Amino acid sequence: MHKIATSGVDWNAIRKDFPILGEQAHGHPLIYFDSAATSQKPRAVLDTLRRYYEHENANVHRGLHELSSRATEAYEKSRQRVADYIGAASANEIVFTRGTTESINLVAQAWGEKFIREGDVILLTEMEHHSNLVPWQLLAKRTGARLRFVGVCDDGTLDLEQLPSLLTPEVKLFAFTHISNSLGTINPVAKLCEKAHAVGALTLVDAAQSAGHLPIDVQELGCDFLAFSGHKMCGPTGIGALYGRGEILDSMPPWHGGGEMIVSVTLEKSAFKKAPHRFEAGTPNIAGAIGLAAAIQYIEQIGRPAIFEHDSHLARYAAERLTELPGMRVFGPTEERGALVGFVMDTAHPHDLTTFADQYGLALRGGHHCNQPLMRRFGVSGTTRASFYFYNTTEEIDRMIEILDAAVRFFS
Amino acid sequence: MSPEIEELYQEVILDHSRRPRNFGDLPDAAVRVHGDNPACGDEIHLSVKFDGGGSLHDIKFTGHGCAISQASASLMTMKLKGKSRAEVMEMLDAFHHLVTDATNEAPKTLGDLRVMKGVRNFPQRVKCAMLAWRAVEQALEQGAGEATVSTEPT
Repeated sequence: MHKIATSGVDWNAIRKDFPILGEQAHGHPLIYFDSAATSQKPRAVLDTLRRYYEHENANVHRGLHELSSRATEAYEKSRQRVADYIGAASANEIVFTRGTTESINLVAQAWGEKFIREGDVILLTEMEHHSNLVPWQLLAKRTGARLRFVGVCDDGTLDLEQLPSLLTPEVKLFAFTHISNSLGTINPVAKLCEKAHAVGALTLVDAAQSAGHLPIDVQELGCDFLAFSGHKMCGPTGIGALYGRGEILDSMPPWHGGGEMIVSVTLEKSAFKKAPHRFEAGTPNIAGAIGLAAAIQYIEQIGRPAIFEHDSHLARYAAERLTELPGMRVFGPTEERGALVGFVMDTAHPHDLTTFADQYGLALRGGHHCNQPLMRRFGVSGTTRASFYFYNTTEEIDRMIEILDAAVRFFS
Repeated sequence: MSPEIEELYQEVILDHSRRPRNFGDLPDAAVRVHGDNPACGDEIHLSVKFDGGGSLHDIKFTGHGCAISQASASLMTMKLKGKSRAEVMEMLDAFHHLVTDATNEAPKTLGDLRVMKGVRNFPQRVKCAMLAWRAVEQALEQGAGEATVSTEPT
């Protein structure tokens, strides 16, 4: 019934690119529904990492030897690939970080310390991941700035009617997620950026859940910062990126000091490189950056429009089928949603459900998903989340429903 | 059904999670402890009354959370009523071994608590099983008034 009409992509063939999908868990074929936590890695990325360490490994930007040149070239090419992937005007607008969390902390520290004053407001939303909340709490504490929050409607969308009263001239930054990691809500980024700019505020987009799933063009979206992680989009862990609009990055002081980010150093003081290297003290995650570029290349071969169509179809299909189960409450919008679905069941606590499912090889996630305020907003201590990527299938979702149905009978 | 699941969720445990015993509040409690397991969102409110000799005269709990945390609290309150402080501490130690140590023989003194043995196969669920016990440990330490305890040290 739910045929995925698309794009001519052979999704079953794509599964073969992911060696781990052949694993068994507790004696059952693995069904991996936790890609919102971290995605699996295709062989192309694994091979790239191996090739780098076997043929190019050296430190970047400082050796005068052949291998260092190879490593530097590969590292900086990766920066360009990331820039192209998100439509940045220049590779200089891309800072490599450990991931979304570090990207946001970089902005909160380097930009925040310089531009945020007592009484300024940082506007967030109630659906932010802790990584886009705690750094701002820390900044507010250091500077005396205040935090405000856009509320979330019962259907999981942002309550945009609140915006006019919240988005006042005291707001210096509006930081919000592109796709909610608990609800699957896709926020109207371009519209939110436009409204923020109208009062002179900058914008930061948490693209952790979107960067690997749908096309992103920072210039079209009009955002000033955008943060994402490599490991949620087929890349290695420990690598991610911060996009910052050129003139804004250039106006920011360094945050970490050390080698690689300086032009000259005396015992008393230092002169710093320009962005992005100013923000990359110490030996960077060279292999990670190169692995991320390989992940981008892999994703681009499939195409993000096709991936988005596939993933959001899976999420809608799952949401629909889940409601067949008794005592089921599904969170998030029904119309348009990202590649995940969060739910609670009357009969079993999320942790019992997750433990039960795991025994059948089904990897779900149970808990608050680093969204404690949002869980409170919906009156639950946690949810069970099934999150998808392009290597998942409707057959796997059908199997999930069978397993959850067995859980209902077991626990009730 | 996998044997691990059958062992973890024995009928006794499911029964206690559905119909917890000693569920409620003691209006004249000597000490009240709020325990939480922030990683999971499990919560327990324990109220304890001591007798003249310092033994646990009565103990009740309310709370919400997974089947393991709620059943563990229910079974614990049944077991600890009338026990001396020393006996409680001894039992806490024995229970912790029961749910963490794969070679533990499940001593008979633990009685019904031995149904929790299956938790040892699920290291992520040990905190759920221990929450009520951490709360009672805190109640003994505190002796009077109100206290909080968390499975995550802060």
